[in-house]
Amino acid sequence: MNKKYSIFSLIKNAFSYHENWEKAWKDPQPKKEYDAIIIGGGGHGLATAYYLAKKHQMNNIAVVEKGWIGGGNTGRNTTIIRSNYLWDASAGLYDHALKIWEGLSQELNYNVMFSQRGVMNLAHNLQDVRDLKRRTHANRLNGIDAVYLNTDQVKKFCPIINTSQSIRYPVLGGTLQRRAGTARHDAVAWGYARGADKMGVDIIQNCEVKSIKRNGDTVEGIETTRGFIKTNKIGVVAAGHSSVIANMAGLKLPLESKPLQALVSEPVKPIIDTVVMSNAVHAYVSQSDKGELVIGAGTDDYVSYSQKGSHDIVEGTLNAILELYPIFSRMRMLRQWGGIVDICPDASPIISKTSIKGLYFNCGWGTGGFKATPGSGDLFAHTIANDEPHKLNAAFNINRFVSGDLVDEHGAAAVAH
Amino acid sequence: MFIISCPYCGEREQSEFKAGGEAHIVRPKQPTELSDDEWAEYLFMRKNIKGIQYERWNHIHGCRKWFNLVRDTSNDEIKSVYKMGEKPPSI
Repeated sequence: MNKKYSIFSLIKNAFSYHENWEKAWKDPQPKKEYDAIIIGGGGHGLATAYYLAKKHQMNNIAVVEKGWIGGGNTGRNTTIIRSNYLWDASAGLYDHALKIWEGLSQELNYNVMFSQRGVMNLAHNLQDVRDLKRRTHANRLNGIDAVYLNTDQVKKFCPIINTSQSIRYPVLGGTLQRRAGTARHDAVAWGYARGADKMGVDIIQNCEVKSIKRNGDTVEGIETTRGFIKTNKIGVVAAGHSSVIANMAGLKLPLESKPLQALVSEPVKPIIDTVVMSNAVHAYVSQSDKGELVIGAGTDDYVSYSQKGSHDIVEGTLNAILELYPIFSRMRMLRQWGGIVDICPDASPIISKTSIKGLYFNCGWGTGGFKATPGSGDLFAHTIANDEPHKLNAAFNINRFVSGDLVDEHGAAAVAH
Repeated sequence: MFIISCPYCGEREQSEFKAGGEAHIVRPKQPTELSDDEWAEYLFMRKNIKGIQYERWNHIHGCRKWFNLVRDTSNDEIKSVYKMGEKPPSI
């Protein structure tokens, strides 16, 4: 199992028409007991398991996933990676992730197609200009690369943008983070799954958690569709369904789960070689390696687990896209879908212990969790293994909603909510 | 997207309405005596139910009145509509 991928293995397997590649991860039966169980086999959950095994030598662990790995928000997001957040706590968290992204393909021996094509955030009014300039300065003080661009520089960096000052929301400037970019979302889940499997982690798919067994204030295990599994450490990384799992344990979280939509166009030749985001008019766009435009829409304002959103949200986004990029006016959209995102009141995540011993939550990533996948897994693994947070995620504890020490990142979250 | 039957205006598209979140969260009667935990519970903690949820909506692009819905959040099916102050139906 799990031989190293290389040019030689590629050539060797070419001789057998690529029909004899070993499985990238096993399909094990759940054991009776594990040292820790991660609920949720998305990017964050698999990364958590990977770092638990790699950095904390916890190899007798499992990831349980109700569907297939990477089938939730990991496979539904718009793959944007950046770390230009305002507050020190967020800058530390997201830039930690970005630094891991930079060496991730080599570390996993799996091409996650990380592409540092830059992310540009546009300003459309005077307040945007002030906020983005402030954020640029804050970023630079935190060692995060950021530059402020005027309208001409925006046009030069991405020539297809309509910088006419007579449109409804003219481009007044923007910020650019050159180290930011995109990655292949499925490959991230698969790469971490392969890496974790190699170190002995059981990845158990089609295994839905039905209840959490507690003995007083300590967890004892989980009841699943594939039987009871004993453990005294549970890490929940269930994204939109975090509250559902929390309710099983008798906890309430400060989350609301809402549909977030994205869509892709028919594939075309390379036309946009970066990622452009605009909070004010709510449009963001990049181009996939297949040539599709990848467009992110907004969240609906009501709680729903239906994995479909409203058409008027998509229409609003496309109106903005067309005003900013008239060149796309005759593009046809191929696919549109929704994912359920768990949103915290302060638009920052929770990576934290809870009042129940042995129960940990990594949730509340809302509309922007993909970018943090490696850092989130690393810090959550640290939190689970040591039963206390790493200094980088200490601020993202669940208790901040009691103390009032919130990390308000509504300005830096790309999706207004 | 779904159709909501406003108790004052009748059936309209959901996009005419604004969701107001979980219903029947009572504002504390004596705020000065609340502990930090109780404030957090009131301000931030939500059931966020997958299934039957009681919630508030406002017909912002219509009569601008608030009312309550009972909705299945797993498939957006609306079970019941009732006015503010009315007793919530048991579903």
